[in-house]
Amino acid sequence: MLELKNIDKYYNIGTINEMCLFNNFNLTVGDGEFVSVVGSNGSGKTSMLNLICGSSHVDGGKILMNGKDITFKKEFQRYRDIGRVYQDPAMGTCPDMTILENMAIADNKSKSYGLRLGINRSRVDFYRDQLKSLNLGLEDKLHVKVGALSGGQRQAMALLMATMTDIKFLILDEHTAALDPKTADLIMELTDEVVREKHLTTVMVTHNLRYAVEYGNRLIMMHKGKTVIDKAGEDKEKIVVNDILDVFNEISIECGN
Amino acid sequence: MGILTGVLEQGFIYGIMALGVYITYKILDFPDLTTDGSFPAGAAITAVLLTGGMNPYLSLVISFAAGMVIGALTGIIHVKFKVRDLLSGIIMMTALYSINLRIAGKANVPLFTQQTVFDNSIVNAVFPESLAPYQTVIVAFVLALIAKLLLDAYMKTKSGFLLRAVGNNETLVTSLAKDIGLVKIVGLAIANGLIAMSGSIMCQQQRFFDISMGTGTVVIGLANVIIGTNVFKNVSFVKATTAVIFGSVVYKGCVAFAISRGMSATDMKFITAFLFLIILIITMDRKKKVKKSA
Repeated sequence: MLELKNIDKYYNIGTINEMCLFNNFNLTVGDGEFVSVVGSNGSGKTSMLNLICGSSHVDGGKILMNGKDITFKKEFQRYRDIGRVYQDPAMGTCPDMTILENMAIADNKSKSYGLRLGINRSRVDFYRDQLKSLNLGLEDKLHVKVGALSGGQRQAMALLMATMTDIKFLILDEHTAALDPKTADLIMELTDEVVREKHLTTVMVTHNLRYAVEYGNRLIMMHKGKTVIDKAGEDKEKIVVNDILDVFNEISIECGN
Repeated sequence: MGILTGVLEQGFIYGIMALGVYITYKILDFPDLTTDGSFPAGAAITAVLLTGGMNPYLSLVISFAAGMVIGALTGIIHVKFKVRDLLSGIIMMTALYSINLRIAGKANVPLFTQQTVFDNSIVNAVFPESLAPYQTVIVAFVLALIAKLLLDAYMKTKSGFLLRAVGNNETLVTSLAKDIGLVKIVGLAIANGLIAMSGSIMCQQQRFFDISMGTGTVVIGLANVIIGTNVFKNVSFVKATTAVIFGSVVYKGCVAFAISRGMSATDMKFITAFLFLIILIITMDRKKKVKKSA
């Protein structure tokens, strides 16, 4: 369970450009929920993910993870329970290391990185099976540097690496935005599979309304640091893309566009 | 022949220093000027230890350990106090100048009769008379080889993986729930350990410590790394560590050549800097930032 309680977040405090993004923002994500978050640029989607992961800090309020207050925990400490996939496929992998080395380093997450051999030979078959499940032929390229792979292949690996260990939360930051439509579909299917299989509590920010509607069991639309749509369960099943588009248009008119 | 063995001796010894610079410059992308202080620190410590009758091999280990402490301090200044990378190195380098003087006691310490890693009862017993002129170069080679193999082995450990990952993609290391700051400190410690050990060996080979022997070390190290990694850029079976030591020998060769063409030994630092510039221009191994502003 992930709880954002009474969150305040300001930018450029003390300057003429001071801007309040979140004022008393609340969000609770239940165990095993798969939340799709949509919203226009600047609505606070990515800021929310950054607050959850600790890449930036709140100016007020609390963040609870499974009941524990993590508001002042450092970013790297929070990732013990969180997996994150970024928009940029380069963020989730090490380009100068081989596929095998990347898999091995991800496999060791939240264990100690001591002087034992980096690659555990007995795990190689497991890595191969995992890569095989991507259907991208990566299992035959174990010794190829990840930098030589395409964006889609790298993103698939990033997803695999982020979810390899025993994490509880998955944060997806527009993770299909940089991919071509077909690859994006593939990554989205893989995401759905792993979320179901591992029963991960997931927050996915996306600009693709179709994904937001098709995947997940809760949909949130944000605008200016507030949630304007929040549908879960059966209500969410009924939502179609046009419903969201209508709200988008209303907001647009309201903003004077 | 004398010139060649001289080039090889110095090339191998500076090669160990270059391995350290390789870690900071190529892996961590950290321009570490501490090098100019940690290299003579290793030498100063060795001069004092050997004068006091310490086993020369043990002095290598002690120098390495001292270098690690120095590197860790640079890392802590940078990571914990958030001082910029270049400035952290400058602070340490400047402070070390005085500290090295304190350690050595004076600006110049000659080693006359003391045993060194090149010249001691064991080595002298092992080497036959016929190989005596090559004794130093062979020992230097073996030491460089050991340093290289140990570093290679380290790079294959989990800790080594993490070090490589930090230079590659800090975000990923954070995602792995690891503190990138700590990894950087460890990397700087190992790098300066190697550099100080190299200084220790240099001191034993030259049989003196001089306070100014560190000046320009970082430039030599960078030149070695850039030559080595560029020459073997497209040769995948040559490890970067091997390439760096090779680069060190080539670089020393260039300097020796310039001196043999009539330049004086006092021009050494100029040659060092000028060659480095030439190498940068030829290999285009400049930072993107510079490219934009140029």
